[in-house]
Amino acid sequence: MSHEAASASDGAGPPGVPSDPDVPSDPDVPSDPDVPDLYARMSYLRAFEERADSLYRQGMIHGPVHLGLGHEAIAIGAASVLRHDDYSIGTYRGHAHALARGAPPEAVLAELLGRAGGICAGKGGSMHITSTEHGYYGSYAIVGAHLPIACGLAWAARIRHTSQVTACFFGDGATNIGAFHEAVNLAAVWRLPVVFVCENNWYMEYTPIADVIPVALPAADRAAAYGLDRIIVDGNDVQAVRRVVGSAVAAARGGQGPSLIEAHTYRLKGHSAADGGAYRPADEVARWRERDPLLRTRKGLLQAGLPAAALDEIDRQARDDLIAMTERVLAQPAPDPATAWTDVWDDGGWQWRN
Amino acid sequence: MAELTYRQAIAAALAQEMARDERVVLLGEDVASGGVFKTTTGLRERFGPDRVWNTPISEQAIAGAAMGAAMAGLRPVAEIMFSDFYATCWDQVANEIPKVRYMTGGQLSMPLVLRGANGSGGLGFGSQHGQSVENWAMCVPGIKIASPATPAEAFGLLAAAIRDNDPVIVFEHKALYSRKEQCPDDEHVIPLGRAAVVRPGRDCTLVALSITVGICLAAADELATHGIEAEVIDLRTLVPLDAAAVLASVARTSRLVVVEENPGQLGWGASIAAIAAQEAFYDLTAPVIRISGGNVPLPVAASLEAEVDVSVPRVVAGVRALLGQLRQSTG
Repeated sequence: MSHEAASASDGAGPPGVPSDPDVPSDPDVPSDPDVPDLYARMSYLRAFEERADSLYRQGMIHGPVHLGLGHEAIAIGAASVLRHDDYSIGTYRGHAHALARGAPPEAVLAELLGRAGGICAGKGGSMHITSTEHGYYGSYAIVGAHLPIACGLAWAARIRHTSQVTACFFGDGATNIGAFHEAVNLAAVWRLPVVFVCENNWYMEYTPIADVIPVALPAADRAAAYGLDRIIVDGNDVQAVRRVVGSAVAAARGGQGPSLIEAHTYRLKGHSAADGGAYRPADEVARWRERDPLLRTRKGLLQAGLPAAALDEIDRQARDDLIAMTERVLAQPAPDPATAWTDVWDDGGWQWRN
Repeated sequence: MAELTYRQAIAAALAQEMARDERVVLLGEDVASGGVFKTTTGLRERFGPDRVWNTPISEQAIAGAAMGAAMAGLRPVAEIMFSDFYATCWDQVANEIPKVRYMTGGQLSMPLVLRGANGSGGLGFGSQHGQSVENWAMCVPGIKIASPATPAEAFGLLAAAIRDNDPVIVFEHKALYSRKEQCPDDEHVIPLGRAAVVRPGRDCTLVALSITVGICLAAADELATHGIEAEVIDLRTLVPLDAAAVLASVARTSRLVVVEENPGQLGWGASIAAIAAQEAFYDLTAPVIRISGGNVPLPVAASLEAEVDVSVPRVVAGVRALLGQLRQSTG
C-alpha cells in the first residue's frame, strides 16, 4: 500500500519545544475543484468554534469546552472522502468532526448551551457530541478510549462485508495510553477497515508532546511496531489531508486493512476554552498562525483568481448564521428535568430494581 | 432433558443464540480453541471464523471492540477470561459501555454481553484470579449483572443476556463449571430480574447469589436438623434486582441473612440490607445479618482461603446466632 505523504523532518526539537516539521505557510494553490467548497466548510467550523469560545467566555456554557480552532483542515479534508454510511469517531475535541459529517449545527450549539434541542438531549454536552444519523458515532472524553471502539465499528463492517470504513480521530497525547496500542495492534492483526488519524498539535494538554515520547513523532514513529506504514501529512493543508486520508480510506475499503496517519497541526487556542495556552512560546504561536489552514486555503484561492469579496462573503455568512442561530437556541427552553431519568436502558427508563 | 455441566450449558446457550441470530459474534482470548474453561468448545467449528474471533491479550481492545460492534448493530459476546481482569478494561466497562446510550440522548444501543470466570470457591486462584467482583459493577448505573448458580441458570440467563438490548455482565462461577444438572431441551431463557425461591422456609430468609446459593441450600439442610427452616432466595441477577422477592420473603420470615462471596466492604449485600432496613423495617424482628468474603485480598493456601471464604459452617453459625439472639432478647 502506498500513500502520498509529506516527508517529515526526522529531528524532534529540543525538549520543551515542539518539533517544527515541514509545514509550509505557502498558499495551497487549489488543484481540486472542490476547494472553494472545502474552504466554505472550514470557514463554518471556524465561525462555530469562535462562537462557542465567546459563549464560553460569557459563562453561557455549562462545563468544559475543547475547541478545534486550527484543526479544521483535518476534519473537513477527512470527512470529504468518507461515504455517507462510513463511521467516524472522535474525542472531547469533537464539535468539528460531528459538523464535518453533517450534524446539524443548531442541535450541536443547543447541546453546548444546555437547551432542549441539544443533539444529545443535554446529556452529553460539548465533550460527547454524537450524530449517528450522520455516521458520527460519538465523542469520547477518556483519552484513547475510542480507539478500541473504532476497531469494533470496523470489525462489524468486516464481518458484514459492507465495505464501510471507520475514521478515528485522536490527539498526540493518546499515543501514550494503553488503549492506543491495544487498538492499533488489534486493527492490524484483524486487518480491520479503520483509518486512525492522529491530530498532532504538539501539546498533550499543557505539556509539549516531545517531553513525553522517546521518539520524534508520536504516531508515525510507532507505526512500524504494528507493521504499518509511517504516514505523515500536513494537517493544515486540506487538499493534502484529502489525498492522504482518501488513499487510506480506499485501502481500507479495498480490504487492505488499517492505516495510521499522523496529521501535523496546531491549536490556535489552549487545551480547553478555559486555558490561555500561556505555556506556548509567542514566536511559535505566531509561526503557526501563518500556517492557519483557512489562511492558506484562502491565499491559494485568491491566487487561483477567486475574488476576495467572495471569500469574505463566505466568512461573513457563516458568522451571521451563527449569531442568528445563537439567538434561536438561547430562546429554547432548558431540557425538562424529567428527562434526566430517561435513556439509561433500552426500555427508556432508569430503574435498576423493582 | 439433557444433563449438562455448567460449562457445557454456557457453550450450549451460546450455540442456541448464535444459531438463532446471526448478529451474535464471539471474541476473546483463546475462544476459538474452546477457551481456557472450555466454555466455547466447538463453536468456531460449527459457526466459522467470522463468528468466533480470537483476540490478543488486550482486554481494553476486547471490551472496546465489543462496544463498537454493538453500536454498529451486532450482538457481541466478549469473554473476559477471569473477572479480575475487568480492572484492566475498567474504562470501557465503567465509563464507556454503560454511559453511551445515556450521554448520546438515546442515539446508541449497547446490546452486548461480557462474560467470564468469577469467584473464589476454594480453588486457590488467589488475589488476582479468584475474586468475586459483582460489587464492582453494581455501583455503575447502566450495566446489568447476572450471576448464575446452576447449569440451567447459566444457560437461561446467558441466553436472556444475549437477547437483551442493554449491556449485561454474566459472572460465571469458576467453581461451578463442572457441576452437572438436567437442563431443558427446548429453547431456554430465564428473564433477567426475577429471583427464585429455591427452598421455602418460615424462620429466616437467606439471600444468595451464584456459589452462595449452593452454600445456603446446604446450610439450610443442616439448620433443619436444628429445627430452623430457612428460606433460600437465589437472586440470579443483581441488576435488575428483584427486591420485591426479597421483601416478600422477609415479610414471611421476619429475619434476613445476606450471603455474598465478595468482600463485605460495600458488597452487594449492603444494598439488600439497606433496602430491607428502609422498606421492611416493621417486618423484621431481628437485625439484618451479612455474611461475606473476608475484607482481605484472597489468600492461596487452602487453610487461609477457607478462613476468609464464605462457607456452610459460617452460614449455619450466623443463622443460629441470629435466632439465638432473638430468643435471648425475647426472653
